[in-house]
Amino acid sequence: MIAAMRSEVLKLTSVRLWWVLLIILVGYVGFTAALLAGLFGAIGDQTGQAGAAQLPEEILPPIVYSTATAIGYVFPLILGALAVTSEFRYQTLTPTFLAQPRRGVVLGAKLVVLAIAGAVYGIGALVASVGLGAPVLGLMGVPTGLDVSDTWLLMARVVLAMALWAAIGVGLGTLIPNQIASIVIVLAFTQFLEPILRFGTSFVEWTAAVGRFLPGAASDALVGASVYTSLGVGSSTVEALEWWQGGLVLAAYGTVIAAAGAFTTWRRDVT
Amino acid sequence: MPDRTTIEFSGLTKTFGAVKAVSDLTFTVEPGVVTGFLGPNGAGKTTSLRMLLGLVTPTSGTATFGGVAYRDLEKPLATVGTALEASSFHPGRSARKHLEVYAAAAALPTSRIEFVLGLVGLTPYADRRVGGFSMGMRQRLGLASALLGDPGVLVLDEPTNGLDPEGIRWMRGFLRSRAAEGRTVLVSSHVLSEVQQSVDRVVIISQGRAVFEGSLASLEGTSAVRVDARDQRSLRAALAVGGFEATPTDSGLLVPGATPEEIGRLALAAGIPLTLLAAQQSGLEDAFLALVSTDEKGVAA
Repeated sequence: MIAAMRSEVLKLTSVRLWWVLLIILVGYVGFTAALLAGLFGAIGDQTGQAGAAQLPEEILPPIVYSTATAIGYVFPLILGALAVTSEFRYQTLTPTFLAQPRRGVVLGAKLVVLAIAGAVYGIGALVASVGLGAPVLGLMGVPTGLDVSDTWLLMARVVLAMALWAAIGVGLGTLIPNQIASIVIVLAFTQFLEPILRFGTSFVEWTAAVGRFLPGAASDALVGASVYTSLGVGSSTVEALEWWQGGLVLAAYGTVIAAAGAFTTWRRDVT
Repeated sequence: MPDRTTIEFSGLTKTFGAVKAVSDLTFTVEPGVVTGFLGPNGAGKTTSLRMLLGLVTPTSGTATFGGVAYRDLEKPLATVGTALEASSFHPGRSARKHLEVYAAAAALPTSRIEFVLGLVGLTPYADRRVGGFSMGMRQRLGLASALLGDPGVLVLDEPTNGLDPEGIRWMRGFLRSRAAEGRTVLVSSHVLSEVQQSVDRVVIISQGRAVFEGSLASLEGTSAVRVDARDQRSLRAALAVGGFEATPTDSGLLVPGATPEEIGRLALAAGIPLTLLAAQQSGLEDAFLALVSTDEKGVAA
């Protein structure tokens, strides 16, 4: 297992994909976090002057910092999926299974190594969201929350969520080995389908109860904050999942998808 | 030096839907010699090798290394070195990194990487991405991967594909020396002439079935004699007396399964002056094609 994991680390680090994706992730999250921090700060100033109800200042830092997962989770998901689909696409499954004929070991090593890579992405995304978000919040006169232990716990949960997303990506790639199909499904689901479903289900109580089990909703529950949940409709009385429940739901998605792939495409003939 | 290991195919069969790709394949590959695994494209060579290597699950039958299936080998890369098609590389990965990935997976010492790169002459290109490699360079990298674990068994699928004549000659000597060390070498090809100077034994398959197994010399023994006379009709009659069936061609009669001496005696006994008597020079290739094409006719009938 250790040998298989070392091999997976080398596979990941010996091609350019991982750092190209990481740079885009950091840029995207950093930009969004700074923008949100500035926007909220400005809104806070205005509503403050008007004496109207305003967003409580203490929820602003979590919203800004959690952009790391709220918009960044698609990156570890794609990295995980590509780690598998590229093996099919370039037929490197042949040398991989020749070096380690026990295919379950290969899949297990991929899940672990990609989860670690996802955690690294989580740290990178936090460097961006906190590194740019906190100074902007400070400039706007909003407390950065960096002296509160809850903020640091949120960051730890961001890292965990990103690790789980990468593992889900591995499962997805195993289930759908076609690289283009896999990426299209990731993008269509995360950028289009899930946001619509979350929005659509949030109005009625029983659909909202189901909607909170959507993977993105579970991820936001795990982290404990998200620009979607905090500013979203949230009009129903259904309570969001606890952070640990969200984590379990996310882990369940990864397990079920990876197991489904392991028992279908992963066992097929390699020709 | 690793142990001497035989490769044993036993009743190996694979069906894809209604198509029988490999049918009841049984033969043994011995150490110390180079064995050619020959057949036209689509004969089932690659499928057979992939079953041997645990990549494809047989419908029935087994293929083992001294009785042990590939999936059950304790140290697969240190037991069997494999080079299948030259396309199994990530184009964005350098040759050295490619070898590092699989050396790590098999827990092989990294010192082997420099060694095999040098052995196949890729050291100057080791840090280039494989995407820019020529077919010949890919073949060499494939061979380097096969040699990573210093295995006692080599299984190479079409290793001379894409090599220049110098490369083919190098490969020939290389395979010979490996076999001379007591290793087991199985080399597939669809072109007999590419391997005939490097193999000792051949197994020929056609349409998924073994149609010949034996030494190159015995394959050559099944060759033909070309003979002609002004009176072809009398000559054919004389040959028929000796039990030979002659086929008319553009240049005389072709008599399969005969030696020039036998034909000469028959002609002399019948008092027919010959205008041509020659052993078929390209007998090996013809014998190969005859085996492969006869089989096709047999299936069609």
